[in-house]
Amino acid sequence: MTILFRPGGGSFSRDRRAASPSEASRPKASPSKASRLKPLPQRPLLPMLLLVLLLFGGALHAQAIEPMPFANHAQELRFQHLTAQLRCPMCQNETLADSNAPIARDLRNQIFQLMQHGQSDAQIKHYLVDRYSDFVLYDPPVKPGTWLLWFGPLLILLGGGSVVFMVVRKRHRDGIAAGITTESGTTDDRDDW
Amino acid sequence: MNRLLPLFGFLLLVTLFGFGIWWNTRHDPNAIPSPLINKPAPAFVLPELYDPAVKVSKADLLGKPYLLNVFASWCIECGVEHPVLQVEGPTLGVQLVGYNYKDAPADAKRWLAEHGNPYHLLLADQSGDTAINFGVYGAPESFLIDAKGVIRYKHIGPLTPGVIRRELKPAIAALSKEAQP
Repeated sequence: MTILFRPGGGSFSRDRRAASPSEASRPKASPSKASRLKPLPQRPLLPMLLLVLLLFGGALHAQAIEPMPFANHAQELRFQHLTAQLRCPMCQNETLADSNAPIARDLRNQIFQLMQHGQSDAQIKHYLVDRYSDFVLYDPPVKPGTWLLWFGPLLILLGGGSVVFMVVRKRHRDGIAAGITTESGTTDDRDDW
Repeated sequence: MNRLLPLFGFLLLVTLFGFGIWWNTRHDPNAIPSPLINKPAPAFVLPELYDPAVKVSKADLLGKPYLLNVFASWCIECGVEHPVLQVEGPTLGVQLVGYNYKDAPADAKRWLAEHGNPYHLLLADQSGDTAINFGVYGAPESFLIDAKGVIRYKHIGPLTPGVIRRELKPAIAALSKEAQP
């Protein structure tokens, strides 16, 4: 949060004894100058604060979720990469990295602990699958239980494709038949649903 | 025939959506099938809620089947389940062990004093670390654990009279059949 006050930082750090930051950011040096600039000094500060909040508010929020003492940056990246591949069991549309559910927080802590104990990503995934089943994996393994999940879309595509193929072939054949009968004027080609 | 095709398509969709609605009234769409069914329950050592000096382990509970009911005072659904447990609990024929999940002991005790205590024994897992080994991801959840310490059945969400009649009681009956062949 201290970042937010840095735009007015000069005066803030000098007037540290002041009761509140808003008071601190108000210049107190010369009364004449203050009265002359009376409407001005406050004004640019507020839009600036809002702009800073707008720009970095997201970053502040992201940091608020996860203050974990990582050994190094590589480990932090590894942690973020791993938790982004795992699904929160409570709110199933969110990754463990994104979710704010209590169980997601607990599992993140658990993953962090396992990492400190030198466990590999595969071992950690295995640990979670043992407890929460393949549901926690966004990329579940191909096995008899997940065949429908993996090949279901292909089946639907094949099913839809064959229907389209049949319809097109039928129309093509009808088209040829219609071509022969158009002269006699008996086709109702306006009646295709 | 071609004129009726849209109607058939419509009826197909109606059937599909109807089935979806029916299925969701019978099943919790958020329930994750536990991989721990028919596997030994994880080992645990947890303090008793009313007497934290007393530590209860998995070994202490072997020998008799019991229903481990995960609950918390902050859990709204648990308030729905609680009256059902108080009525049906004594008719189950197994011990009811309360698993107080991520709760302040004082809150849990106040909640039990207010709503009644259907449990034979109460375990407190304040951190929720042991619950991860059970694959708990919310409350309420219930585990039926047999005399050998094997998880035989799990229900996610509140136990309702319907669930108890359709699922839990048959599972308990299967246990007692094993015990006296």
